[in-house]
Amino acid sequence: MKLKGAQIFFECLKKEGVEVVFGFPGGAVLDIYHEMAEHNIRHILVRHEQGAAHMADGYARASGRVGVCLVTSGPGATNTVTGIATAYMDSVPMVIFTGQVPTPLIGDDAFQEVDIIGITRPCTKHSYLVRDVNDLATVIKEAFFLARTGRPGPVLVDLPKDVIQAQTDFKYPKKVGLPGYRPTMEAHSGQVVKACQLLAKAKAPVIFAGGGIIISESSEELTRLAHLIQAPVTCTLLGLGGFPATRPAASGASEAEPLWLGMPGMHGTYQANMALSHADAILAVGVRFDDRVTGKVSTFAPKAKIIHVDIDPTSISKNVEVEVPIVGDCKNALLQILEYFQKEPIQGMAESRGQWLDRLAGWEKEHPLTYSNSRELIKPQYVIEKLYEIAGREAIITTEVGQHQMWTAQFYKFDRPRTLLTSGGLGTMGYGFPAAIGAQVAFPDKLVIDIAGDGSIQMNVQELCTAVCNKIPVKVVIINNTYLGLPRQWQELFYDKNYTGSCMEGSPDFVKLAEAYGAVGLRAERPEDVETVLRKGLSINEPVFMDFMVSAEENVYPIVPPGKSITDMLLT
Amino acid sequence: MIVTNDKRYTIGILVQNVPGVLARIVGLFSGRGYNIETVTAAETNEEGFTRITLVTTGDERVLSQIVKQLNKLVNVIKVFDFSETEFVDREMALIKVRAEQQTRAEVLRIVDIFRAKVVDVSPHFYTLEVTGNEGKIAAIVALLDQIGIAEIARTGKAALARSKK
Repeated sequence: MKLKGAQIFFECLKKEGVEVVFGFPGGAVLDIYHEMAEHNIRHILVRHEQGAAHMADGYARASGRVGVCLVTSGPGATNTVTGIATAYMDSVPMVIFTGQVPTPLIGDDAFQEVDIIGITRPCTKHSYLVRDVNDLATVIKEAFFLARTGRPGPVLVDLPKDVIQAQTDFKYPKKVGLPGYRPTMEAHSGQVVKACQLLAKAKAPVIFAGGGIIISESSEELTRLAHLIQAPVTCTLLGLGGFPATRPAASGASEAEPLWLGMPGMHGTYQANMALSHADAILAVGVRFDDRVTGKVSTFAPKAKIIHVDIDPTSISKNVEVEVPIVGDCKNALLQILEYFQKEPIQGMAESRGQWLDRLAGWEKEHPLTYSNSRELIKPQYVIEKLYEIAGREAIITTEVGQHQMWTAQFYKFDRPRTLLTSGGLGTMGYGFPAAIGAQVAFPDKLVIDIAGDGSIQMNVQELCTAVCNKIPVKVVIINNTYLGLPRQWQELFYDKNYTGSCMEGSPDFVKLAEAYGAVGLRAERPEDVETVLRKGLSINEPVFMDFMVSAEENVYPIVPPGKSITDMLLT
Repeated sequence: MIVTNDKRYTIGILVQNVPGVLARIVGLFSGRGYNIETVTAAETNEEGFTRITLVTTGDERVLSQIVKQLNKLVNVIKVFDFSETEFVDREMALIKVRAEQQTRAEVLRIVDIFRAKVVDVSPHFYTLEVTGNEGKIAAIVALLDQIGIAEIARTGKAALARSKK
């Protein structure tokens, strides 16, 4: 039986197990929308295509499944670009379907025509322009395969209108034929042995883990290894939750995990930065040595021999020199390393580690993460600490980008993978709210909370309508300091307090704004209101904006000034 | 004084011959700030495959990143880093040179010495075809320049690894 391209589209999605599509219609994709009712796939109608891309991203990061979005040609396609670049930088599996003008019109500057393949080439893992309906099923199969395997990433499929209108026999290919695509999954055993020998000799080892731990689902292996070889762990922003920040205490409550150092880098903890700077061996797993972590590269980890495990060979030896490169899946490498140390325990470990861990504890005692609380003003850090107390380790937290994001990384304790969704690589303001909607779609029964700033929330606030219309009860905690906080902080510290452009006065009343959309709005203006508002807001089974009027000129500390070594931290 | 360890490297790239593949490769170079000195691309004897030869400059770290980044492209089948293997390379140049009565003989002598060919003749110009490595092309260009080159079109380098003995 012959099917239309638009029907084949849905048959393929079903074969890939897709349950939800985030989208926005337009002329070029109306044939697909026309078929939609016939297929059991949920469609979330967004209010801006950037929202669709971030929702698909949030859905993917929260669930590990491929996120899907569907938009029309031209502006529909270009509006997804920031979302695609965000997903690309953070290795998020996504397939983006864009409408395109009919093939005979391509290149003629037709209405709503844009070369979206060309525009997104540098920020997609791969992309396809489908020119023949007979290729459609193969392309969709390959797109999903590429998105979720190897180092995951967004794949864009451009669908000309005449292709989705044309008919052909539907046959879903069983296998993909991609002769140039062979990601190395298995770590080279010889390299693993070298790495283990280096670690066994180390007196001051540190495990430095990133988003690769989350993607490869290897936080359990990481945790076992850290305990087995008594190595402290620091995780990048994207790695938070990959290693538990707390452990069960004898009392039944939880306490800080002694091997946990916190996040390193520009706004990292004193002890994490000191640990990396004094380590003699670093096991780097699923990280890419981003400049926000390394600070001045030439002085990064000066004493350490670095073992670097990553599935993407381009990440290795890109920014820092590596002693033992290991290309492969983090999980596979960690399992091999675990196996080695189970057979060959490290001699004299208790003694040598004792000294190193004491030194680390000393650094933490010297300069712990802290802030001065106030009875008059709401401190942003206090809001986040309270939120953690109430929402706890089960909640999924998303963030926008800025001070609130860094305070979240510092003061929320992440114990589990996929509980923090944040735009690390691209640093996209406007990410957190739609990402929270996507995560809530994946986990309708979980508490999903976007921690936002008053600047960031306005970048995709229109999606509140999406949340209300689709009954997606996400919560938004707005850390409202009436500034673009990080730019203001940099201006204060490095630009003579010239606050040009960073003042956000004149923003809307977020309580009224929430109400205008049909959501609930709450506000806290004094420290004693914080807990009440949080408890009330989190208990409502509807979208809620909670507006916390915080002390305006609070800074994120520690901060490593741009271009400095990570030991050059400003602490207060 | 700026000290650079930049060297010239020749890279062979076997790719699937699909629309946009060359754009992906040159886009990678421009987007990441790598140089392209020359690039050639044409189909191979195997249907659906194209061989690209590219000459770039950079230090060893850059070359290593280029090779890895190219390998990461889905349509790239294989990358040959010719800094590690022996290879043969040739390029072809079409040179339109002024050939008046008093210079024709000299042009033909140069053609003879370089085993070039005259492929087009007009009252005032000869168009020559010359094939060789970069050094040879540079040498004939330098000689003909003294007579007067009107136009030149060079293909850029094509390269293959030498067969193992």
